[in-house]
Amino acid sequence: MNLISFFRRPNSTAPVARERLQILLAHERAVVGKSDLIAILQDEIVAVIAKHFPVEPEAIKVKMERGDAVSTLEVEVEIPTPMCVNLTLNTPKPNAATKPNAATKLNVVTQVAEKPAAEKPALGPVKPDAEQATPVELPAEADG
Amino acid sequence: MAKVLVVTSGKGGVGKTTSTAALGAALAQGGKNVVLIDFDVGLRNLDLVMGAERRVVYDLINVVNGDAKLAQALIRDKRVPTLSLLPASQTRDKDALTDEGVSQVIEELKEKFDWIICDSPAGIERGATLAMRHADVAIVVTNPEVSSVRDSDRIIGLLDSKTVMAERGEQIEKHLLLTRYDAARAERGEMLNIEDVLEILSIPLLGIVPESEEVLRASNVGSPVTLANAASAPARAYFDAARRLNGETLDMTIPSDRKSLFGKLFGRRAA
Repeated sequence: MNLISFFRRPNSTAPVARERLQILLAHERAVVGKSDLIAILQDEIVAVIAKHFPVEPEAIKVKMERGDAVSTLEVEVEIPTPMCVNLTLNTPKPNAATKPNAATKLNVVTQVAEKPAAEKPALGPVKPDAEQATPVELPAEADG
Repeated sequence: MAKVLVVTSGKGGVGKTTSTAALGAALAQGGKNVVLIDFDVGLRNLDLVMGAERRVVYDLINVVNGDAKLAQALIRDKRVPTLSLLPASQTRDKDALTDEGVSQVIEELKEKFDWIICDSPAGIERGATLAMRHADVAIVVTNPEVSSVRDSDRIIGLLDSKTVMAERGEQIEKHLLLTRYDAARAERGEMLNIEDVLEILSIPLLGIVPESEEVLRASNVGSPVTLANAASAPARAYFDAARRLNGETLDMTIPSDRKSLFGKLFGRRAA
């Protein structure tokens, strides 16, 4: 430690804390402020699916995962296997077929762009697993 | 007219109970009729901090369930006669609280008291949401530290959406109480400073309570810091905050404990 660094103020960490908080809260206020969104989605998805299959509300799971550039909205629906004989949507067949009593899982994974400006191909149905994905564009700052 | 005040924070350990006791005692010393309600069902501590732990017979849940009358459950402070405590239940769990029950108790208390101060449990579950539900005024207790600030932001969001006032389309009055503040560390850039926290949370400041040994000393002996050592820095901060709650306008200061030369030299209290 030389004389100059002795007299210089030690590393201030508070500005780092402030910046981290500002970035985090800017995001959380947008998403958490609509914390009911996931619940609303869940209810509406249950309603739509229930028109066609006798599903239990608990059999539908809606998850939102946040990534750096892209967030994922995952909808997982468990349908009793006998009910999906006429199901035309593609479902993960091999597993369901091998387990006789297993319920069929219908996974819909949707990617949601973080910023409206970033209209990158990641949004569109170009990913390998995107063929079974229904792109749902969530309004980035909906009902604001 | 009675005011219902919630002391909340989201995060635990930031000083909700300490602040409830200190502000309650300060308001009561100023001549107001004050009742403190502990909403931390299953983990009550306000009784202990107030030094009334051996006087608890009935609690909030007993009153809600009709097992006891409100007057039987209220514990009157022995030092300040205008200060009362309604303890939480230690044996029941938080699901024993109902919205209607809490609402009835608060309505009944409004007839007798000027201030009804609800000490919220940490977290955002039932106890915390019920503590804030009927409030007119909220104190958000925050430490100058990232996790506390984040949780306070979340709580502010809930105050603006889940309270009766918010549901009526009115704005609940919110105040920030910054606790455990170390002015020297903030000055050195080692701690978020007042401006940082205010800018992030953007609610008005009620007071700055400095980090102080007096707080632990007071809770050791079961006394609000405003009664245990009224001249201490944290007590002065709470007295000022209490006056601001009553509508007074005061300059914002960060009280500090004056140290003797000996104390300064050796960095701790002499004696």
